Amino acid sequence: MRRIISILMENEPGALSRVVGLFSQRGYNIDTLNVAATEDETLSRLTLTTYGDDKHIEQITKHLNRLVDVVKLVDLTEGAHVERDLMLIKVRADGGQREEIKRTTDIFRGQIVDVGPRVYTIQLAGTTDKLDSFVSAIPDTDILEVVRSGVAGISRGEKVLRP
Amino acid sequence: MNAEVELDSEVEMLSGGEMIARALEDEGVEFIFGYPGGAVLHIYDALFKAARVPHVLVRHEQAATHAADGYARATGKPGVVLVTSGPGATNAVTGIATAYMDSIPMVVLSGQVQSHLIGEDAFQETDMVGISRPIVKHSFQVRDATQLPETIKKAFFIAASGRPGPVVIDIPKDITRPDERFPYVYPERVKLRSYAPSVRGHSGQIRKAAKLLLSAKRPIIYSGGGVILGEGSDLLRELAQLLNYPVTNTLMGLGAYPGSDRQFLGMLGMHGFYEANMAMHHSDVILAVGARFDDRVTNTVSKFCPGAKIIHIDVDPAAISKTVAADIPIVGPVQAVLTDLLAALRNLQDSSDEALPDGEALDRWWAQIDEWRASHGLWTGRRFGDSDYIMPQEVIQSLYRVTEGKAFVTSDVGQHQMFAAQYYKFDEPRRWINSGGLGTMGFGLPAAMGVKLAFPEDDVACVTGEGSIQMNIQELSTCLQYNTPVKIVNLRNNYLGMVKQWQDMQYEGRYAMSTYEDSLPDFMKLTESYGHVGMEIRDKAELDSKMAEAFAMKDRLVFIDVFIDPMEHVYPMHVAPNGSMKDMWLSKNERV
Repeated sequence: MRRIISILMENEPGALSRVVGLFSQRGYNIDTLNVAATEDETLSRLTLTTYGDDKHIEQITKHLNRLVDVVKLVDLTEGAHVERDLMLIKVRADGGQREEIKRTTDIFRGQIVDVGPRVYTIQLAGTTDKLDSFVSAIPDTDILEVVRSGVAGISRGEKVLRP
Repeated sequence: MNAEVELDSEVEMLSGGEMIARALEDEGVEFIFGYPGGAVLHIYDALFKAARVPHVLVRHEQAATHAADGYARATGKPGVVLVTSGPGATNAVTGIATAYMDSIPMVVLSGQVQSHLIGEDAFQETDMVGISRPIVKHSFQVRDATQLPETIKKAFFIAASGRPGPVVIDIPKDITRPDERFPYVYPERVKLRSYAPSVRGHSGQIRKAAKLLLSAKRPIIYSGGGVILGEGSDLLRELAQLLNYPVTNTLMGLGAYPGSDRQFLGMLGMHGFYEANMAMHHSDVILAVGARFDDRVTNTVSKFCPGAKIIHIDVDPAAISKTVAADIPIVGPVQAVLTDLLAALRNLQDSSDEALPDGEALDRWWAQIDEWRASHGLWTGRRFGDSDYIMPQEVIQSLYRVTEGKAFVTSDVGQHQMFAAQYYKFDEPRRWINSGGLGTMGFGLPAAMGVKLAFPEDDVACVTGEGSIQMNIQELSTCLQYNTPVKIVNLRNNYLGMVKQWQDMQYEGRYAMSTYEDSLPDFMKLTESYGHVGMEIRDKAELDSKMAEAFAMKDRLVFIDVFIDPMEHVYPMHVAPNGSMKDMWLSKNERV
């Protein structure tokens, strides 16, 4: 089962490598990874997605919690949450294709953020599934480059992750 | 997380190097084990000038970590290591990993190249924080000399609290320069918002555990190194004796429960006692305390103790249900949890109309255990063969007799380690000192050195073999310099014994790289060249008298080279793969 683990950690050198190292060291997989400082510059928020059964995820969260830099963490998939992945995708857009690409982008509520004579760069935010669907909607041969931020997530309602 | 630093005219101004020397003194450090080099010379100069904390100069940095580790295991205080950058740091890695696997508190100060050179592949540069990352509890790289006191305080706090472990502090040379001084105040305590080890177990879980324990018909207490680390041995004894339940210890837990007590079934696991493994397998309730269901204990996990409900007490939540699922997990320090558990047990006993636990069931269980013990037990029956050679088991029995069971015994890794664990009955915690988790050959001698420095009046024996002892034999020189008259008991069989045993059992006796082909040194001459005493024992009749003679030389290091039966194997031994706890080889041709 897919899980989104969101971690509040000290914004210290080496903290990220400890988290990432833990995954490789104990044979867990990271599917996506997103990290940046929060409004409190001493804290970073790291969101990662991984796959595993309950036992597996319990071990991962226990080992993450054991890291001295990890302040708090939550498995967002345990409750209602909002998740967003940001994609920048550069596609071939010549002649007749230009209109078709524009239409598909509109359907997915994406934005064309850069226009060239033969290419569009499209920005699209949403769930991983939505981004995957958009990629499948564009013919493979027209896709020139894809950049995704990895999932960032937050709980719905009043639940917050704070130190 | 920041310590309060009050600046006033009284505050001392110290250089980074001086701060380190002073902080170690303020922390109450008794010994530093280390080796100097370019990146740490400012620190060494400060230590030399202050001359407050004794420093032990080892002959290889690996030995510094093992000596600090042995000191920590014997005393319960963090061991302290100081090494230089690059090779000094990498040489320390094996010892850090050894301490990590066995949860030993240790603080390792490693030098680093100057800050502006980091990342430039400078001379003797290595990314120590990166290299050590998977084998430390935490690590720091100091970026500013003013952070030194607080960083050192944090390192000691993290190393010794919760589930203990090694902490590395990487210190660039410029941070320690003597010409820049900063105010020095050593914080009394530090608080980290991201680190709060559990201080008590969950009371509801403890009540449930007490109830389950008292309902047991075939109970067993399975306790590990955590009981020793958490100073819980007295409480464990009280609990076991209150209930009259049998106790087995892991390799790391030996001494947590008195080895000569009737309720003690011996060590369990791969080379565990027959009665201990049988009792575990057939139990209905297991009380696991400070043990981690290691693969050397459980054998095949899916076949582990099929009828047992498991109560698991550990200070580290990640140790619980890692390999074997616990029915009642209790996270907390062993002392606090056992105290609460004892109270809960007494409460239930007092408020119940019937006698708890069920005495008749317990009598039947003990009768069964005694039958196992009588049929194949190590201590009630002879579990090794007859031979004209001295048997390795007899050497440990002799060591036990001569030292009256009171010695600190360190060991290396291999057959000798298992014989020592099986045949020396440790009645006290912190007396048995071995590398259980990592299985580090070369651990024994430097560890013995660390123990002897802490307990100069006690007998310290290092049980070893020719393979292991040669991995850190250079420390014979350190032992001379610092007058640590330990006794080295070399079980000499002219093979890498444990490797050979596996080759006998699984590779049809093809001894690939497990023999030395007459290339061993003359250990007597070798020891004598280091200024110590060498002794050989070849005759069974002389075993006790020569052993006693060696231990009578209180102020001399004696290398006792005991020629043993080279063909002997360690038994019992779990049947693998796919065996359960109860599937064992009891000798070369008896399998149960």
